[in-house]
Amino acid sequence: MTVKVYVPCDTTAVSIGADRVAAQISAAAGSAGLDVMIVRNGSRGMFWLEPLVEVETSTGRIAYGPVKPSDVASLFASDFLRGGPHALRLGATDEIPYLKNQERLTFQRVGVIDPLSMEEYAAQGGWSGLQQAIVSAPAQIVAVVKESGLRGRGGAAFPTGIKWQTVLDTPADQKYIVCNADEGDSGTFADRMLMEGDPYCLIEGMIIAGLAVGATVGYIYLRSEYPRCWTTLNEAIRRCEAAGWLGKNVAGSNHAFHLEVRLGAGSYICGEETALLESLEGKRGEVRAKPPLPAHVGLFGKPTIVNNVITLATVPLLLARGGKFYADFGQGRSRGTLTLQLSGNIQRPGLIEKAFGLTLHELLYEYGGGSASGRPLRAVQAGGPLGAYIPTRDFDLPLDYEAFAQRGAMIGHGGIVAFDDTVDMRRMARFALEFCAEESCGKCTPCRIGSVRGVEVIDRIAQGEDRDKNLVLLESLCDTMQHGSLCAMGGMTPFPVQSALQHFPEDFER
Amino acid sequence: MIVKNTSSSGDQASRVSSVSADNLSRGVFVELQTRLGRDPGVDLGTPPSSQTRLVRALIDGAEVLVPAGTSVMRAAALAGIKIPKLCATDQLASFGSCRLCLVQIEGRRGFPASCTTPVEDGMQISTQSVRLAELRRNVMELYISDHPLDCLTCTANGNCELQDMAGVVGLREVRYGFAGENHFDKQSAEPKDESNPYFTFEPSKCIVCSRCVRACEEVQGTFALTISGRGFDSKVSASAGESFLDSECVSCGACVNVCPTATLSEKSLIQLGQAERTVTTTCAYCGVGCSFNAEVKGQQVVRMVPNKAGGANEGHACVKGRFAWGYASHPDRLKEPMIRASIDQPWRVVSWDEAFAYAASEIRRIQAKYGRKSVGGITSSRCTNEETWLVQKLIRTGFGNNNVDTCARVCHSPTGYGLKQTLGESAGTQDFLSVADSDVVVVMGANPTEGHPVFASRLKRRLREGAQLIVIDPRQIDLVRSPHIEAKYHLQLRPGTNVAMINGLAHVIASEGLIDEAFVEARCEKPAFDTWREFILRPGNSPEAVAEITGVPAEMIRAAARLYATARNGAIYYGLGVTEHSQGSTTVMGIANLAMATGNIGRRGVGVNPLRGQNNVQGSCDMGSYPHELPGYRSVKDEATRKLFNAYWNTEIDPEPGLRIPGMLNEAVAGSFKAMYIQGEDVAQSDPNTQHVQAALGNLECLIVQDIFFNETAKYAHVLLPGSSFLEKDGTFTNAERRISRVRKIVEPLAGLADWEVTVGFARALGVSMHYNHPSEIMDEVAALTPTFAGVSYEKLDRLGSIQWPCNDDRPNGSPIMHVEEFTRGLGKFIVTEYVPTKEKVTRKFPLILTTGRILTQYNVGAQTRRTDNVVWHHEDRLEIHAEDAAERGIADGDWVHIISRAGETKLRAKISERVQPGVVYTTFHFPESGANVVTTELSDWATNCPEYKVTAVEIRRSAEPTTWQVDFQATEQQQAELKSR
Repeated sequence: MTVKVYVPCDTTAVSIGADRVAAQISAAAGSAGLDVMIVRNGSRGMFWLEPLVEVETSTGRIAYGPVKPSDVASLFASDFLRGGPHALRLGATDEIPYLKNQERLTFQRVGVIDPLSMEEYAAQGGWSGLQQAIVSAPAQIVAVVKESGLRGRGGAAFPTGIKWQTVLDTPADQKYIVCNADEGDSGTFADRMLMEGDPYCLIEGMIIAGLAVGATVGYIYLRSEYPRCWTTLNEAIRRCEAAGWLGKNVAGSNHAFHLEVRLGAGSYICGEETALLESLEGKRGEVRAKPPLPAHVGLFGKPTIVNNVITLATVPLLLARGGKFYADFGQGRSRGTLTLQLSGNIQRPGLIEKAFGLTLHELLYEYGGGSASGRPLRAVQAGGPLGAYIPTRDFDLPLDYEAFAQRGAMIGHGGIVAFDDTVDMRRMARFALEFCAEESCGKCTPCRIGSVRGVEVIDRIAQGEDRDKNLVLLESLCDTMQHGSLCAMGGMTPFPVQSALQHFPEDFER
Repeated sequence: MIVKNTSSSGDQASRVSSVSADNLSRGVFVELQTRLGRDPGVDLGTPPSSQTRLVRALIDGAEVLVPAGTSVMRAAALAGIKIPKLCATDQLASFGSCRLCLVQIEGRRGFPASCTTPVEDGMQISTQSVRLAELRRNVMELYISDHPLDCLTCTANGNCELQDMAGVVGLREVRYGFAGENHFDKQSAEPKDESNPYFTFEPSKCIVCSRCVRACEEVQGTFALTISGRGFDSKVSASAGESFLDSECVSCGACVNVCPTATLSEKSLIQLGQAERTVTTTCAYCGVGCSFNAEVKGQQVVRMVPNKAGGANEGHACVKGRFAWGYASHPDRLKEPMIRASIDQPWRVVSWDEAFAYAASEIRRIQAKYGRKSVGGITSSRCTNEETWLVQKLIRTGFGNNNVDTCARVCHSPTGYGLKQTLGESAGTQDFLSVADSDVVVVMGANPTEGHPVFASRLKRRLREGAQLIVIDPRQIDLVRSPHIEAKYHLQLRPGTNVAMINGLAHVIASEGLIDEAFVEARCEKPAFDTWREFILRPGNSPEAVAEITGVPAEMIRAAARLYATARNGAIYYGLGVTEHSQGSTTVMGIANLAMATGNIGRRGVGVNPLRGQNNVQGSCDMGSYPHELPGYRSVKDEATRKLFNAYWNTEIDPEPGLRIPGMLNEAVAGSFKAMYIQGEDVAQSDPNTQHVQAALGNLECLIVQDIFFNETAKYAHVLLPGSSFLEKDGTFTNAERRISRVRKIVEPLAGLADWEVTVGFARALGVSMHYNHPSEIMDEVAALTPTFAGVSYEKLDRLGSIQWPCNDDRPNGSPIMHVEEFTRGLGKFIVTEYVPTKEKVTRKFPLILTTGRILTQYNVGAQTRRTDNVVWHHEDRLEIHAEDAAERGIADGDWVHIISRAGETKLRAKISERVQPGVVYTTFHFPESGANVVTTELSDWATNCPEYKVTAVEIRRSAEPTTWQVDFQATEQQQAELKSR
């Protein structure tokens, strides 16, 4: 009987040897004459356990990890193909607490299936959302999305249903669905994991979006640093076209939807939706002033939905299970689940999909297991490089958009980067401005010049040069950038700086 | 325009029009979408909104009523409230980068930029507060932290928006200091780019507002500039980091115009400093007729700035008008009258009076000897209406005959004829603005990006907005495919087959039920239409038959015809590629037929639009420069008209039409025509079959040449009367859209007299009574004698800026669009347009067709542009030849080749090009030594004698040997130069 062995093809797993592990298993099985089928699945998101090898047994999938190529021989020796005992044996995958305690909705199939297997996708609930959408009127689809309370997972948390309604209500001869897959925030990887682990889910979400607003063309704007996503998505699109999910008649209906992946060119600002549209149009990636909103005047001047990968990939579930099902998760105005990405100085980094409401403390210690260094945590940065630094006394914060905002922080795309007590917060503040100087599109003055001046001012502070005057100047600069910048990049760069100044003033006195 | 309005619920556009002066209340402002009455000197920050719904808001407590879509910045500016700005200008779409124009809006978070925020009903906006002042000052502080502090010695000193804004926001210190990273200190500053002959680019002064980049895109449509790098490294880059001269830049100056700092500065401004006064005048180059504000210091032009209020150009310009005016003070300018008894004698400098007396005595002597009709003259399409008027008046009264013609003979005479026959008026039907409403544009035998660049920019803007383009041209002109522009169809026909093509298009329209029957029924003569329909439906005009003739596939002809005929608004623009053929007039009539058949006449966005070659082609024709027509296109045979003129001029006008230019030249060769007065035309270079022209001129006993330079024709002259440039005189030009614009004297005439004064002097010496104190009095005479000009006066021109004729009691402000209710001739007349192939046929001996055209940086015979720095872009004419034809003849790029036709032989260097199809070669004719017209023939339009410049059968042969003509040319050149300098 053929034994299925799962070895992730996910970038993280591969970067630490998954390909070699897979090859070793295949070779060992071959020489032993064992009938093994290796399935390259997505990652389960427990990165400290990667490469995580799973074996399908009569009692379910049994996990081993982290597996090095050199471990393979001993695994065979331990009869791991039948779930045999081994130092790396983790037991049933689904019973690993890190995974068991999650509420995987958007990520329900990631790590479970062969990402490109049409059969497995369909078997695991794929396409049922689209089937529902095809028999629904556009307004009904939009109503479901509204009911779900889903908000943009890219970071801005704008209500998705409202955005869709705007595009639906804007008459035009052509509309577009654009997926923002330019996942550029430090400490984020949810988009990548989903695109590598369950690409059809994103495609299905985009087709539904197209049906909802009358758009017949979609683009996935993918960062060039994600070559595996590029390959996977293109193959997935090809297979969808062949299977009739994409094309002139989506699933045999009268609706057309064409989808294409476009590669970015390494600019962070192209993750900002208007700069993304400029780039997609073949222009310099420069922010547009709003209004007009992309929902009114978007790609090539046409009404356009621009949504993040996770947002769109959540949509099939909403249609399949109903808006209420999703809205029943979460709290306050933050409904559904959040795909948290835990990284930095943390013992158990990875992806955690949980309903809103989990506290930072629970996340960092119950899931993350505290710092990797063993030293006390001092701060986390939430929401990417433009997010505020949150000190330990605020770890009671529940993951909730409004709760975070009240304390001057943001959840953003759900990336949480942890730092222990050795972190120099002045350096982190400097990094924020340096990052802005590096990635600013250069269009507006506060961001273009302000970021450079900010680095210089912090350096003068570091050298003890007119420290008090320069601290005042730094605050003033932050104010100018926050309130004067054209887009969120310049407007939010002050957040990490101001939060560092506010919570860790002692670091600026040294 | 700002109008105060009390209307309480002004949500309808119609309410605005009912606003009257007596129901004004304080503080309510409305912008009317009119081009009149607004001070163009005030930059309102963003362009007007095209919406009609009105919205009302409060700005700093003042109520404003503006069209929806108007920016807060513009609304404030209309109400007289100035919001600081640097990246915004009403010439460009809002951009939102400088962040100086932030405002506060009640109920909104943060500080929105006023340039990118549209006014909404009920908005309450504050433009000033302590908080705003702080933000603006701090943004300015960032700007200045990366800007050199050399204001006192800076080119832009006194004219710098950055300096102004620093003052406005009250910047007093730069807390960041100047030691940080920057673009201005010795180590960091990039070198100044001085490669362009007319302006410099100084990167250290750049504030990266992108105005130049946006102007290059939005206004000019060339896309030569970009911002390269990002963040602090963002910088303006010409093409891919090239010098301005090496880049795709066409030197239109739009970038220089909008630059708020000294970064892009005119070299003349750098050299001379700020001007002391501004005079509005009109460009003397092409038929677009751009309005300029000449900035002047004493007798010196500092720079020519395109006039935002100029109807033709609305603030845009091209390399010629904007920069290439230095010829006016070139050392070659003629400064003294000269005479000589024969052309092998040295010139003798004389007084004006002596020159006039000599010229007059020669005319009289010749007339006594050879008869009254043995003399004639040519008016200039380069001169003003008033000057043209005087020359034809002198000839009709002083010479006593109608031997007057104009250089329009050799360019647009078929337009005058063809449109008169069909529509009833010898002029284009639209204003340039009209193209903004076109949905399908046909460009036939015209190359606007080279010949009419400012119109081309308007056209390209419309095409970028989505209008479709059909190009009918033997050559792949730029419009066929250039940045963000692509013609839907390029009908690349064989030269000389225009009529067949037009018939093919009309056949499709007639046979596929695409005729606008209602329009034809209501507006056109039925019998003529029926005859035409019967004709056009003949199989000989089918696309299949036409494909055989033109070489263009039948399906493409069908598709193009359908596209044009089904457009909401279809417009046809054409140029000399239509007129300069043996069937030029036929094609013009065919174009008019097409427009009438599809109902594309009489409103914005449609029409028949001749792109006139020279600044005053339209005007010179209007002013009665034709031998058969008195001013206003009235036949000399018409007794009533003659009577009118006889009475006014106290003369007896000859009822017989006179000679056309070719007629005069032929008669001169034959020996019966003996004297000519030529004002501002260089027939020896510009007219076809140069050797024939030279023979004619050489036979004259008295040739009086009035020109600003010693041109080719002057080599055969006996009297030289120095002309005055457009900077040296008052008058008017009439452009291709019938727009009469003032030319204003900026400096004194170099030789003491303006051209009109020269003609007056000559006329008086002939005994003709002419008394004018100012050209305005000549215009008054034009108005008194010409119905279409009845309402025109200098006073009104000063008031309105410009006027498009007809201007009379019915249309006191002129007529941007013609034939709105009915055609000038009443009912439009379809005319049968039978295709007759030209006699100029390709043979084994002359297997290729030569066609000619223009290039952007040079102008016609080049007399002006060759004497400017424009030669850096084009310093010689080249022969474009397809690689196949070149290979067959062993010709490589850059080789010298001989061009041999039935008329003559000349030599040029070859340029291998894919723009021409095999079998066709092409050249420009800007340099006299090129001898392009040595090879062109005397074949001409059947109706008007317009030469067939565009079709000459030739053979090309690789050879570096000089041609006989060029040897002669050099010898004459040397001889005449010696005679002049003696």
